[in-house]
Amino acid sequence: MTDADSPSPDVAKAVSPAVMVVAWLWVAVPFLYGLYQLAEKSSKLFE
Amino acid sequence: MGFLDRSRIIAGAGWNRWLIPPAALAIHFSIGQAYAWSVFKIPLEDSLDISGTASALPFQIGILVLGLSAAFGGTLVERKGPRWAMFVSLVAFSTGFLVAALGVATRNYWLVVLGYGGIGGVGLGIGYIAPVSTLMKWFPDRPGMATGTAIMGFGGGALIASPWSTEMLGAFGSDTSGIAKTFLVHGLAYAAFMSLGVVLVRVPPEGWRPAGWTPSDDAAKPLVTTANVSAKNAVRTPQFWLLWIVLCMNVTAGIGILEKAAPMIQDFFQDTDSPVSASAATGFVALLSLANMAGRFVWSSVSDLVGRKNIYRLYLGAGALLYLTIMLEKDSSTALFVASTMVILSFYGGGFATVPAYLKDLFGTYQVGAIHGRLLTAWSVAGVAGPLIVDSIADSAHESGDTGPALYTFSFTLMMGLLVIGFIANELVRPVNPKFHEPEPVQAESASPADTPDPLPAERR
Repeated sequence: MTDADSPSPDVAKAVSPAVMVVAWLWVAVPFLYGLYQLAEKSSKLFE
Repeated sequence: MGFLDRSRIIAGAGWNRWLIPPAALAIHFSIGQAYAWSVFKIPLEDSLDISGTASALPFQIGILVLGLSAAFGGTLVERKGPRWAMFVSLVAFSTGFLVAALGVATRNYWLVVLGYGGIGGVGLGIGYIAPVSTLMKWFPDRPGMATGTAIMGFGGGALIASPWSTEMLGAFGSDTSGIAKTFLVHGLAYAAFMSLGVVLVRVPPEGWRPAGWTPSDDAAKPLVTTANVSAKNAVRTPQFWLLWIVLCMNVTAGIGILEKAAPMIQDFFQDTDSPVSASAATGFVALLSLANMAGRFVWSSVSDLVGRKNIYRLYLGAGALLYLTIMLEKDSSTALFVASTMVILSFYGGGFATVPAYLKDLFGTYQVGAIHGRLLTAWSVAGVAGPLIVDSIADSAHESGDTGPALYTFSFTLMMGLLVIGFIANELVRPVNPKFHEPEPVQAESASPADTPDPLPAERR
């Protein structure tokens, strides 16, 4: 393995559970906002 | 640039593969904004004094460039790696908004087209394929679920962008100044949001595989290979073109409903005791979006259990039967119409999300992203054909004095025919002839011998 092929030292660290939580919240929060807005709009079909 | 090199993103010990889906979603939720372009149509028409056709052009160019950049940039994406691809997507997509903002601020319509459609379209195409092969390499045991998650994000992006953009236009105003500010904020916000994907994405080390899974587990399944086919060779196989037909037919059948959903449901029930109002029609559109998005995740995950060929049998066969049901029942039941169209749209989404895993089964993971990019030209064709069929036939029927379900009888019959063609194409799919397989050293890149050390501890999988 050459130097260029070696993973950088930062990627060799173990992933903290906080990173996992933040990563999923990062995408989940806007998605839930979108779902909420969708549910509000969909309800008009049944009014 | 070193930071973007594939060699810099090889996951080390302790990396968790469940960080890859949010990385992919950060990209797909963003570029999925394209499906919410309609929010800007009326404000642009009023402020720039342009027609409805002209206001649709930035979106149309964006989808066209998406297909072209996915088709022609696929091999580069495979070579450079997902971080490079996500970064290119981030830069192009957000720059597209910034250029469009400048275009609106200076009342230069063509700058809007160039920015959102031309530059932003590159971000759409490269971003769409960026995480696909990486996800399949991290989740070889569940490739359908993995790609379904990302591609669901593309469907979900509009759910987020549509209300968000509407609120922003409400706050900034719908004149040129307000639209320019809205585009500016979109460009900056999406750049920040997508950066998560760029920072988080990793590729598995050579030979990595999930605990308790070996390639031979899947090799026993029909149509699943452990060999690899290059993108150049894949387009020479009948399997590629059969899948191209399958995708094109499935997308055409779904997009015809999706594009005309609101007027369609109002037309269908206009002569009944319970006509559908314009407001209720927007609720119908929202339900179809939900079905489209949910289908991407649910059906592609199911395909991991029942097999890709079987799930396309369902999409195409049951889809044709649902069209038949709508034609036979006509305007007898709103609930039946809504339920049937929702299932058809879930098959439409499922078709998009399952096809990368189908490609992986047939051609291996070696250049599956590039092959996927080339296959997306089927989407470009379907994007034109579907609306054209439904719109032109409905217009013609309207001029002939038809009303209600009769406006759509012929186009739905055509859609059934297209689905049957897709069904037959799917039936003809067989394993790829070994003469197209790459030699052994390439196979070792993605399917390693069993004695390769596994760098990730089991509990992190």
